[in-house]
Formats: sequence, structure tokens, C-alpha cells
Amino acid sequence: MTMTQKILAAHAGLEKVVPGQLIEAKLDIVLGNDITAPVAIKEFEKACFKSVFDKDRIAIVLDHFVPNKDIKAAEQSKTCRNFACEHCISKFFDVGKMGIEHALLPEQGIVTAGDCIIGADSHTCTYGALGAFSTGVGSTDMAAAMATGKAWFKVPSAIKIELCGSLPKNTSGKDVILTIIGMIGVDGALYKSMEFCGEGISSLSMDDRLCICNMAIEAGAKNGIFPVDGNTLSYLENRAERKPVIYEADSDAEYEKTVKINLSDIVPTVSCPHLPENTKPASELSDIKIDQVFIGSCTNGRMEDMTAAYEILKGKKVKEGVRCIIIPATMQIMRECIEKGYVTAFIDAGAVVSTPTCGPCLGGYMGILAEGERCVATTNRNFVGRMGHPLSEVYLASPQTAAASALTGYITEYKD
Amino acid sequence: MQTEGKVFKYRDNVDTDVIIPARYLNTSDPKELAAHCMEDIDREFVKKVSKGDIIVAGYNFGCGSSREHAPLAISTCGVGCVIAKSFARIFFRNAINIGLPILECPEAAEEISAGDTVNINFDTGSITNLTTGKKYKAQPFPPFIQNIIKSGGLLASIKERDESDE
Repeated sequence: MTMTQKILAAHAGLEKVVPGQLIEAKLDIVLGNDITAPVAIKEFEKACFKSVFDKDRIAIVLDHFVPNKDIKAAEQSKTCRNFACEHCISKFFDVGKMGIEHALLPEQGIVTAGDCIIGADSHTCTYGALGAFSTGVGSTDMAAAMATGKAWFKVPSAIKIELCGSLPKNTSGKDVILTIIGMIGVDGALYKSMEFCGEGISSLSMDDRLCICNMAIEAGAKNGIFPVDGNTLSYLENRAERKPVIYEADSDAEYEKTVKINLSDIVPTVSCPHLPENTKPASELSDIKIDQVFIGSCTNGRMEDMTAAYEILKGKKVKEGVRCIIIPATMQIMRECIEKGYVTAFIDAGAVVSTPTCGPCLGGYMGILAEGERCVATTNRNFVGRMGHPLSEVYLASPQTAAASALTGYITEYKD
Repeated sequence: MQTEGKVFKYRDNVDTDVIIPARYLNTSDPKELAAHCMEDIDREFVKKVSKGDIIVAGYNFGCGSSREHAPLAISTCGVGCVIAKSFARIFFRNAINIGLPILECPEAAEEISAGDTVNINFDTGSITNLTTGKKYKAQPFPPFIQNIIKSGGLLASIKERDESDE
């Protein structure tokens, strides 16, 4: 069995599972946000469920449209707040405590290695970086899981992503996952798990791994997963509230195909509109003029991303005519950015820094694009209308490329 | 169970951001969502769609976000079925969970044209293009999923099971 299959088997109480098998698995954490949880709550109440399966295993994070962007968003937050209060949900994160869910849950130690997790948000696949099985579902699945603590799954087949070498300077996990999506396409891993392995893994930081797993969904994958190593265990130590459980793929595990990536060959990569698979080296896009840069999101709003942006922007000025928006993903990251002087440096460079929110990534608020405008964003999707007007354009890139582009006003490969 | 209607045809990789843009996700009211369905790729869709109509699309329909608002918006518009070459997995799950009929049939999705009138028999999985006369056969759902649909959605099926356990 693969690592994913082993975790699923263990949570279904089975010795062995095979691809295609339908199973019911126990869940360690069930997650929802201010967009998906209200629908789940409505369904939960409509179905007349009286109580949740475990008040400490449900996480509700208000992150998409908070601090509330308008009256309707405020009503949605209120629905979540009331439900959390009524059912004594201990992992309820409101303004002041909240962060972008997929940065927050690992940071707060709510998810750990060996877990089986569902979340009513497609980027729930992020936690595979910790050696967990974690996948996105819809609101009805969340409602059912809040009531029963279980979910049904079709056991996925797998694609093996074998990594060797180590990342060159000025590249990051974002360039790795964009390269992979460019190779296999937006449905290249449809319904499958992406199982990362190989000696190259040890050189990847946890922030790189979280970023890579975060975008597994952009290749259509059910989940992405990394083996647990020393880096994982030191990340989880003094953080994870439950003991990590380590699963390893069997040596005879079956994979539908193997994709080999030499990390040493990775170059700064950009996904052009309007699909994440439209990748090109940043160096080939230097004639693309931009109006906005956004550094943040569940993909790249972590501390290493902020540090990368700081190293490039400090003492420099954002190009006249470019709006540069920086959003640290959690309050803890925000605080660290303040303590380290990043926020001052960003402001001095002419950027704006906001409290955590998913906001502009999904065209919610805090950086919407007008017709014809172009943005280099460290986010995860560049679909039509994703960040605003249907005729605006989003170029997905690493924090390094985004920050370097903010300084020139054109898509720019960072070279120090 | 059957549906019959005219076809709206779309490309590969229709994502949930174009099915229902996130700027409208500050509500979960199905009618409000339905009013903006598909508007970023087809402004005419909500004006022209009527009950029983069918969406036909290419590969990876419903990719992107997990928003259940997407199948909900399509269903509330009156669409009787989505036929695609393939579906993104979260959309597939959500459609079943909320009771929007979907069929995977690459041949039908390739050949059926916009504006054709199509009849679908869900019991047999047969798709008939009444405009051209050509018939297709879609993959039936596994029994586990058929049970969810028969019960009227995921929550109803859980309720049914819990009650029979007691």
C-alpha cells in the first residue's frame, strides 16, 4: 500500500485497502470556513442533528471575508459564531485569533502526522506536508462529518513524485509545484494521491512542503503527501496536540506512474492566465507589464514567504504605478513580521500590509482587479475572474518572483 | 427518472470560480447564487436556461474550489443534468451530495452540440440526442452512490442508516 492507502486503511479499521474500494474512515479533524461552514450548519440543522461528534475535533476558521467585508459576510460569520458557541467548538478562530486556515492549523498544532482530515475547502490538501491524509470536500460532507466523525472515500490510486537534488538559490516550493502542474496538467492527478518521495525531500523546508501539498488540488489530486522525516518531527515537536503517527509506503506499493524531478533544475516559474498548467520560466515573461502584486494566501503567506519578500523589498521602492499588497497568513506570522521589522520595511518600500485574510486570492476583497489589469500573485488559481474582473489576468508565482516584479513593474526573475 | 432539455455547451476545465464567482459567496441563498451562475464565461446562460436544460462540457468540469455553491447554483437554475468528459472530484462529490444529476460520458460530451435537444434516462444511463437521433450510454454509478441518490442526498442517507441501526 502507499502512504495514503495505509492511513485510510488504519482509519477505516481495515488491514488492507485497494484503489477504487469504497470505505468509511474515522476523522481526526473536520474543518470549515466562513464561506463553507454556514452552508454546512444549515444542512446540519435541516437534518435535525442535535450534537456534534466531538467539540474538540471540529475547526471553524473565519478567514475568507473577515474582518467582515460587508453585511452579508457579517451574517455568515455570525452564523458560524453562534454555532460554535452553541456546540462549544473549542477550535473556533474569530478575528484576533484567526489566520488563513491552512497556515493556521499546522501552526497551531491542530493537525499532525498520521491524521485523516477533511475540510470544506479545496486547499485542505495542504496538511499532507505533515504526513497526514487530508482532502477537500463540500459543505454537506462537512455537515455529515460534524455529526458522525466519519466520511466515505474511494481509495485513490497514486502518482509517485520522486524528488532528487536540492533547490537552487532564489527558488522555492512554489516553483516546484508550478513545474509539476505544468508537466502533468490541471487534471493530471485527477482522483489520485500525489505521493512525494526521494532524497530531495530532506532539503525542502516545511513551508516549502506545505506550499507544494497546498497546490496538489490544482493538478486535480485528492491529496498530496510527504513522508515524515526529521524536519517534520522537529516542526511537530512542542506544537502538535496529538502524538504524530508515522506511516510509510510499502516497498512494493503500486503507483500508476512516476514523475521524476531534479530539484537542482528548478527555475523561477510562473503560471500564465487562465490555468495553473500554463507555466513558463519567469525569465521568458519579462515583457509582461503588471498593475498589482499580491504576496500572501494559504499557498504563500507563511514566514519563509514573508522573509523572501523582505529580503528583496527592504531598502527598495515598489515601482510607481504598481500596487503591492502583502498579507501575512496568521496573527503569529503578522506579529513576527512586526518584531523583525518586516512590516516597516514593506511600508517604507511602498507596499501595504493587511491583517490575515484570504481576501484578494479569490477576488473577495482587499485587492480586486479592474478590467484589463494584471497581477502577479503568490496564490494558487488564475482562472477567469478569479481576482476580479473577468478580463483581468493573474500570473501565479513565488514570493521571490512577486517581490522582484513589484520593484520593476514587469514580471521579473529575482537575481541577487 | 428522466430529464429533457436544450444543451448549453462549454469547454474543458470549467472551474467553480466561473460557475459562481467568489464575489457572490457572501450569501448561501440558492436563488441569489443562481442569478450569477456561469456569468463570467456566458452572460446569456441565466437568461436563456429553463427547467430540464442540460450542460455539456469537456474534461475536469468543476475544478478548483470546494464551494458547494457551484452545483447548488447550477441546480437552482433548473439544469436537469451535467454531462462531461470528466468531473473534478470535489464537484463530483458535492453534486451527488446535493442531488444534482451528473453523468460522465466522453463520447456524448464530444459530439453533442450547443442548442441540441437531449433526453436522459437516469435509470438506464442512456443519453439520446433528439436533434441528431444518436444514442449514448453513460457509466452507471456504483451501488453505494446510487443509495445516496435514492435516499435524497448524503444527510438523508445517514439518517436512514442511523434509524435502521437503532
